[in-house]
Amino acid sequence: MSASRTAVSRSLLTPFNIVAGLILAVGLVITVMRFTGGLGAVTNLSDYNPWGLWIGFDLLVGVALAAGGYVTSAACYIFGLKRFHSAVRPAILTGFLGYALVVFALHYDVGRPWRLPYPFIVQPGTTSLLFEVGACVALYLTVLFIEYSSAPLEWLGFRKARNLVVRLTMVLTILGVVLSTLHQSSLGALYLIAPSKLHPLWYSSYLPIYFFVSSIIAGLSMVIFESSLAHRYFHDKMDETHRRETDGVALGFGKAASLVLFGYLLIKVIGLAVDNNWHYLTTGWGAWYLVEVLGFVALPCYLYAVGVREKNLTIIRRTSGLAVLGIVLNRLNISLVAFNYHLPSSERYFPHWMEIAISVFVVTVGILAYRFIVTHMPILYEHPEYKDAH
Amino acid sequence: MSISRRKFLGWMGAAGLGVTAGTKARAASNAHFEGYPNSLAVLHDTTRCVGCRRCEAGCNKVNDLPAPATPFDDLTVLDRKRRTDAESYTIVNRYGAGGEGQAPLFRKNQCNHCLEPACASACFVAAFHKTPEGAVVYDASVCVGCRYCMIACPFEIPTYEYDKALAPRVMKCTMCHPRVLEGKLPGCVEACPVEALSFGSREEMLKIARERIRKQPERYVDHIYGENEMGGTSWLYLAGVPFRELGMREDLGVTPAPKLTSGALGAVPIVVGLWPVLLTGIYAVSKRKDKIAEEEKRQAVAQAVEAADQKAAEAMAKAREKAEKEKTGAIDKAVKEALAEAERKAQEEAAKAAAEAAAPTDDTAEGPEGTTPPAPSDPKPTEEDA
Repeated sequence: MSASRTAVSRSLLTPFNIVAGLILAVGLVITVMRFTGGLGAVTNLSDYNPWGLWIGFDLLVGVALAAGGYVTSAACYIFGLKRFHSAVRPAILTGFLGYALVVFALHYDVGRPWRLPYPFIVQPGTTSLLFEVGACVALYLTVLFIEYSSAPLEWLGFRKARNLVVRLTMVLTILGVVLSTLHQSSLGALYLIAPSKLHPLWYSSYLPIYFFVSSIIAGLSMVIFESSLAHRYFHDKMDETHRRETDGVALGFGKAASLVLFGYLLIKVIGLAVDNNWHYLTTGWGAWYLVEVLGFVALPCYLYAVGVREKNLTIIRRTSGLAVLGIVLNRLNISLVAFNYHLPSSERYFPHWMEIAISVFVVTVGILAYRFIVTHMPILYEHPEYKDAH
Repeated sequence: MSISRRKFLGWMGAAGLGVTAGTKARAASNAHFEGYPNSLAVLHDTTRCVGCRRCEAGCNKVNDLPAPATPFDDLTVLDRKRRTDAESYTIVNRYGAGGEGQAPLFRKNQCNHCLEPACASACFVAAFHKTPEGAVVYDASVCVGCRYCMIACPFEIPTYEYDKALAPRVMKCTMCHPRVLEGKLPGCVEACPVEALSFGSREEMLKIARERIRKQPERYVDHIYGENEMGGTSWLYLAGVPFRELGMREDLGVTPAPKLTSGALGAVPIVVGLWPVLLTGIYAVSKRKDKIAEEEKRQAVAQAVEAADQKAAEAMAKAREKAEKEKTGAIDKAVKEALAEAERKAQEEAAKAAAEAAAPTDDTAEGPEGTTPPAPSDPKPTEEDA
């Protein structure tokens, strides 16, 4: 607590705060424009391109990168890898913030956001994969909130409620894995309905499996990536256990990520073979596909393996950044680049700068919330009164 | 973590049920839907179409759509390729007008009213539905505005009111469903001056189309577009050139859209049923492993402690024995030394006494002979010394 007080008394006009403030100001102005002028006022969306950056990045990338929560808690609580315990809380926090921001960003994208609960309270369209996505994201956000709530409850001193939450850990973890499996995969399955619009190299009946498996990669890599950032900026907030376990977490998760990336690469190749899409590889689309698969799947797979073998944390941390970029690239390829590949370039979509500004705004809100929470609540350290209790 | 197994399993059951309830997947269904019997359809014979745009005008009028930027009798709009938008449910485009002396081709575009619509299958509030009459209709009162219908539609038909801030709607042809229910013709069909559009039961329209192809095989391509495309549509097309030359996709296949996602939906019960059981099993195994490891550790520790104790005891006993031995040895030695000392002392004393006894005889030569000094071997004086 004393650290945060000195930070406040120093000066709020740090370069970071100034930039963040500007982004927030611009974001708020665009928000007003969006809700007074409609989607057309701030986006380049069209009748051909109904989904743009706010779905491709904010939803697809956001959900994939928030997978660290279920991956880490499953590793720790279900697979019994207790040495990853100190990584669980930060991962749950990022997961919770990630999903909260996804839902927040959706309010910009859908036409009538106040009707978002309609599928559940008015008229469910159960034949839609979007219904599955919506239901699972809503439920999982709740699960993440309960899992995360032990931290603010400790902070606020609500001992009984906090102990109740901790007792639910196991059931919440399993529920989290079930829900994540469902909606991570069905985000990919959303595109199964449009084989005529998505380029064959990216369209596959394995799309749900690709999305699920790559979400594991995203989760593992994000935990490593985020922890290296947290070490740089919030080192003073970490307790001895966290600092001691971090290297082990990076090594363990790096090894797992390398294996999963290898598996992912294999099923990608199998997908190519099943649909017999080899001939597309020699086209321009094929070159771009190879950039994604070789540069952002095979390469990080190899680099993780090297980093783990040589116990080189620098390599592992940098590779986690590469792997995260690979997930971003994959989701944007499917939702924007290879989608509507058949249309002439005049009908193709490129985001309006205000769409990009809102995406940056959403990410900034996330970073600010993360900063507030880790400087105030027991995330990177164990609360002294609840040692070894969770 | 302290959860009893019974409690835990109870929770898992509840969680599993909670997730399954309310989700309905049609994956396992083997049913093949061929459309509602006697549903209605429009046959568009593109070889008859002259591109007059009267259908656009008729549609605009009966649907109370806003007046267009350029009036409907201005045919210069045909110079560029247009698509349906939020203010026009249907448009006519001109194709292949480049050839010398070749008559231009026209095609009217609008919602094809699929028998198993992609939009309806994709909508997560079920805002679309296929009516038994044939139209695919939309209910704006529940629409959230996610626009997944627009992603899903293989014909790129639904459009969106992007400029409305508060109540944007998806806009598309309704096949004039309200008019049809009143027994009237769709606006476009009524307006067509050259009978390029015919309206009737789908069966009837297919028969007419086949008949025209049979009678004038040189005029028509032998294919009725919409008979099977995407599982079949309620808008059927005849053409004199391959359909791709009219801007229609020939690679859509005959699989109805819902079938494309049914496999993925079918995975839901598998995941919901399998994961909790599997994960609980893994949890139990890892828990048990921990427990065994803990037990083994405890045993090993106990054993080690016992062994150490025993060793210590042995060492102690040995040390004690040694000490004992050393002690008795020391005593013996001391006694021996003392005895030797005493003997030596006694001898010395005896020698001294003998010497003393000898000296007075030297001084007093005639001392009584009878007073002899004690013998040196006599033990009595040593006893006193000791």
